[in-house]
Amino acid sequence: MALPKVKQTATEERLAAMSLPEAPGWTGPARDAAVARVGAMGLPGRRDEYWKFTRPDTLVQAEAPRAATFEGGDEAPTFDGIDRLKVVFVDGVFDEAASDDLALEGLKIERLAEAQKSDLHWARDVYGRLEERGQSPVDRPLAALNTAFATDGILIHVSGKVTKPVHFVYHHKSETSDAMLHHCVKLEEGAELTVLESGPAAARFNNVMEVEVADTARFAHIRTQGRDHERRAATHIFTRLGTESTFKSFTMTANGVMTRNECVIELTGDDAVAHVAGAALGDGDFHHDDTVFITHDAVNCESRQVFKKVLRNGATGVFQGKILVKAGAQKTDGYQISQSLLLDGDSQFLAKPELEIYADDVACSHGSTSGAIDETALFYLRSRGVPTQQATDLLTLAFLAEAVDEIDDEALREEIVDRLRGWLERRRG
Amino acid sequence: MLEIKNLQVKLEEEDKQILKGVDLKVGAGEVHAIMGPNGSGKSTLSYVLSGRDGYEVTGGEATLDGEDLLDLEPEERAALGLFLAFQYPVEIPGVGNMTFLRTAVNAQRKAKGEDEMSAADFLKFIRERAKALKIDADMLKRPVNVGFSGGEKKRNEILQMAVLEPKMCILDETDSGLDVDAMKLVAEGVNALRTEGRGFLVITHYQRLLDHIKPDVVHIMSNGKIVKTGGPELALEVENNGYAEFLDTEEA
Repeated sequence: MALPKVKQTATEERLAAMSLPEAPGWTGPARDAAVARVGAMGLPGRRDEYWKFTRPDTLVQAEAPRAATFEGGDEAPTFDGIDRLKVVFVDGVFDEAASDDLALEGLKIERLAEAQKSDLHWARDVYGRLEERGQSPVDRPLAALNTAFATDGILIHVSGKVTKPVHFVYHHKSETSDAMLHHCVKLEEGAELTVLESGPAAARFNNVMEVEVADTARFAHIRTQGRDHERRAATHIFTRLGTESTFKSFTMTANGVMTRNECVIELTGDDAVAHVAGAALGDGDFHHDDTVFITHDAVNCESRQVFKKVLRNGATGVFQGKILVKAGAQKTDGYQISQSLLLDGDSQFLAKPELEIYADDVACSHGSTSGAIDETALFYLRSRGVPTQQATDLLTLAFLAEAVDEIDDEALREEIVDRLRGWLERRRG
Repeated sequence: MLEIKNLQVKLEEEDKQILKGVDLKVGAGEVHAIMGPNGSGKSTLSYVLSGRDGYEVTGGEATLDGEDLLDLEPEERAALGLFLAFQYPVEIPGVGNMTFLRTAVNAQRKAKGEDEMSAADFLKFIRERAKALKIDADMLKRPVNVGFSGGEKKRNEILQMAVLEPKMCILDETDSGLDVDAMKLVAEGVNALRTEGRGFLVITHYQRLLDHIKPDVVHIMSNGKIVKTGGPELALEVENNGYAEFLDTEEA
């Protein structure tokens, strides 16, 4: 089917502004195929159903809109107190001096830009593959664009139980930077890894992470997106889960005029578990979109989506979450909750929860609410001597708790709670 | 201590007068009980004193140790030493009971210009107070009042009272929803907090709580006014004869 003229023009303009690596090595075929996918799908347009609540213009246009950089003040760098392997990117460019040695027992870790110099690589089975699987039944052209043109990224092959997390640190120092990173993680049977991500990355950031989780392997992902307000980001996670494997992802977003986080999960082995959660806080022209698609294609799997947003002064929150249960996926346990706390009458929360079920023995529940602070609880706290502002903050953190509790590691969870509290105390930093 | 003069209150949203001139004086170390039929204005009095929204004071005054309460925010009244034990304690999912208690204690200390209590010191302090009230550690870890039984909720109110150490305690129908054993436990907790410097206002519909918390003075409230004041024997009179003889002529 031919693309509408406007969309075709926009897509052509963007593609013309991009350049493929000169020596793509083993990524070459995947990149070429992705270019073709983008051409066929066209980049997201305002009329696309999947972009009904989020205007894609600034994510699609050839040049990244300018975004002021931001100094975090006295707030310590994220995950600073955690023993981890640090990989630093500044405006999407690898910073070797600031990074740790790319070596850790139980895994092999490389940069995409280096690894693609060879003709053969394990990541060939992952790079662009999970993204391509995730293109059906809904197009995700920005992810295909990333597969085609990503300049760098991290490839991790995990064979053991690795306790030390790998941390991707993203700094934003140029007001016009347009970064595109693509990460692949492959966990072998029984392997374990936690990946941390933090920071705004660039004026505009397109990030893709593909995660292949083999049988009984466990993957955890905790991300904070940086307090820069003017930055824009479109991120995708694609994951495929084997038998009895576990995938857990949590994202904290504070500030940001445009964030779209997509998570595409495929449960292909029996008894697998996938949890994806998010806590977002913003005010003014904050726009935050969580889009999730979970496919149950095996027996007795569990999936959980917990998304909470605190919105103020005209901020907008979006949630599009779908659970697709295929015909054979009996005993599916699916849970989905999306809630917003509207701290004033100007903010809005747009939610589109969807269930599509073809199996007859499943338990799926979903809920979506928008509301203000509970006045009764507020009075109860105040009657105990807690000032209004502090009581409101406490109730706001309580509202976010269900999402934050999805982080299993206590130290990481406490760090996230501290950051959320810090944001509330600063009232927009 | 607590002094209420000719207090008149109407609902903010509708033109309905609830309190029609209440006079009451509770001195330090005294326990006063307010009894009365449903709808007489007992709970409204407790809410107005603690500063809940939705009520409009149309006349009169209320002071605690000479300080005007009615102009203050609820948290300021609490810092002055006023405490309301709720008839229906509020459930707050996501806030741990321990966090809640520590936040309250430290907020009040801060308001009084005192140093905040460290987590370790607080833990020691709270455990000691909880033990005295037979509250097990598990109740401290759970979210505030969530999934608590009626008795646990009321004991949690008394625990808050014990850690906040208020000057003036108002107990709003603390006996409601409690069986006899739970009520005894709560009453024991309250009695343990009776000191020379602390006043109590016990609001109750039934006399039975007053068997366990012995009042010095009993007031009968009807149709927004105190219609009779007497000693503990007044409560027994109500128990035997009901409220009919005390009702205001308008109601009768």
